[in-house]
Amino acid sequence: MSWVSKTLSSTLGKKLIMALTGLFLILFLIGHVSGNTLLFKNDGGEAFNIYAKFMTTNPAVKLLSYITYISVLAHVVYSIILTKSNKTARPIGYAISKSETNSAWSSRNMGVLGTIVLIFIVIHLQGFWYKMHWGNLPMVEYNGEQYKDLFAIVQFAFQQEWLVALYVLSMVFLGFHLSHGFSSAFQTLGLNHVKYSPAIKKIGLAFSIIVPALFASMPLYIYFMY
Amino acid sequence: MNLTLKIWRQKNNSDKGGFKEYKIGGISKDMSFLEMLDVLNEELSEKGEDPVHFDHDCREGICGMCSLYINGKPHGPQQTTTCQLHMRSFNDGETITIEPWRAKAFPVMKDLVVDRSAFDRIIQAGGYVSVNTGGVPDANEIPIPKTLADQAMDAAQCIGCGACVAACKNASAMLFTSAKISQLALLPQGQVERKRRAEQMVAQMDAEGFGACTNTGACEAECPKSISITNIARMNREYFTAVVSSNNL
Repeated sequence: MSWVSKTLSSTLGKKLIMALTGLFLILFLIGHVSGNTLLFKNDGGEAFNIYAKFMTTNPAVKLLSYITYISVLAHVVYSIILTKSNKTARPIGYAISKSETNSAWSSRNMGVLGTIVLIFIVIHLQGFWYKMHWGNLPMVEYNGEQYKDLFAIVQFAFQQEWLVALYVLSMVFLGFHLSHGFSSAFQTLGLNHVKYSPAIKKIGLAFSIIVPALFASMPLYIYFMY
Repeated sequence: MNLTLKIWRQKNNSDKGGFKEYKIGGISKDMSFLEMLDVLNEELSEKGEDPVHFDHDCREGICGMCSLYINGKPHGPQQTTTCQLHMRSFNDGETITIEPWRAKAFPVMKDLVVDRSAFDRIIQAGGYVSVNTGGVPDANEIPIPKTLADQAMDAAQCIGCGACVAACKNASAMLFTSAKISQLALLPQGQVERKRRAEQMVAQMDAEGFGACTNTGACEAECPKSISITNIARMNREYFTAVVSSNNL
């Protein structure tokens, strides 16, 4: 085994992959949430549709999107590998365990939270991403150029109460996942320092509230405004 | 105090084991937890029953020999070693559940006794530390900043009891291993074998079958010596730096 594969197959190496992919997905969330704020622009979806076309055709964005797919995949695969080996590390559990007295609930349930987020991602991709790429979308024309009217699909989707509820609830779970994942990634990378760690913890907490709240506000806005 | 004890009894490593209940009376609040178990064992011996086996040695909180998962927490409700836990931490009439440390790498030998030699093998994997021999060196010959000396001493406080492994949801030994890597990595004397030590101790930790770290912080919260998880971050730095820069292919 080469030193690279040996390192990546150690427990620390696997955690490194979880941390790096997790941090990349955090960056992705920043981009995703910023772009989608165009939904709030009161222009009948023009800015959003132009942005959606840019995001599906620009080669640089394409490259980033491939890194995102790989990150999601690696994050999921390595979490399964780690969870399995963590379970085998304690074949017989305790009759009584007061883990709530020594650690945060979200930190102990990252696998469950992640699974819920993954299910949400599948539903979310199927609803918008798949339709944008391969679906038969209505077209609109801005300044003589043809655009897929993704905004109409979004508008239609978020007229359904159950879907809005699902999105808002999923964002709560994403928030809990991030509340541990953000600062945990830095700890795994070995970045723990008296000067910076308190700030990382605070930024992580703020991020885990603000970003999911912004995402959740989008279906709510569409539902109540249209 | 009158108490009900629910204790894990297991004949040997291959026995399935199970809980057994014991009623015990006349316990003073000032007794240590282990003294309470001594009283129980005396009663059991008088009745001709097999006493409950548990690990203990110095009973001063410094050797790391005592263990026990008491009422859902390693070393019980206080952040001390079990030998420093007193019966005043419990209420009269309470049921106390006592379990052994649970980890694949810490097999149960008998009752509450587990084999923690996996820790010894992690230490051994660290290897030797090069030191100058010859005449007695002058005091303070090697300058060490006070802050670094303090950090190294804090890490060296680890007594290897295994409460971190017992508390961790993944039965991970990272707090222990990181404390042992840190105490030498921080000091000038530990520099010669620094990279090799990090690589080999982490490899041994994995080979023993301990789990990975989820950064829940449970180990740090339960550690009787308050070893900080900043050591785990340091171990990660030491390990990643070592693997990309050592000559060890």
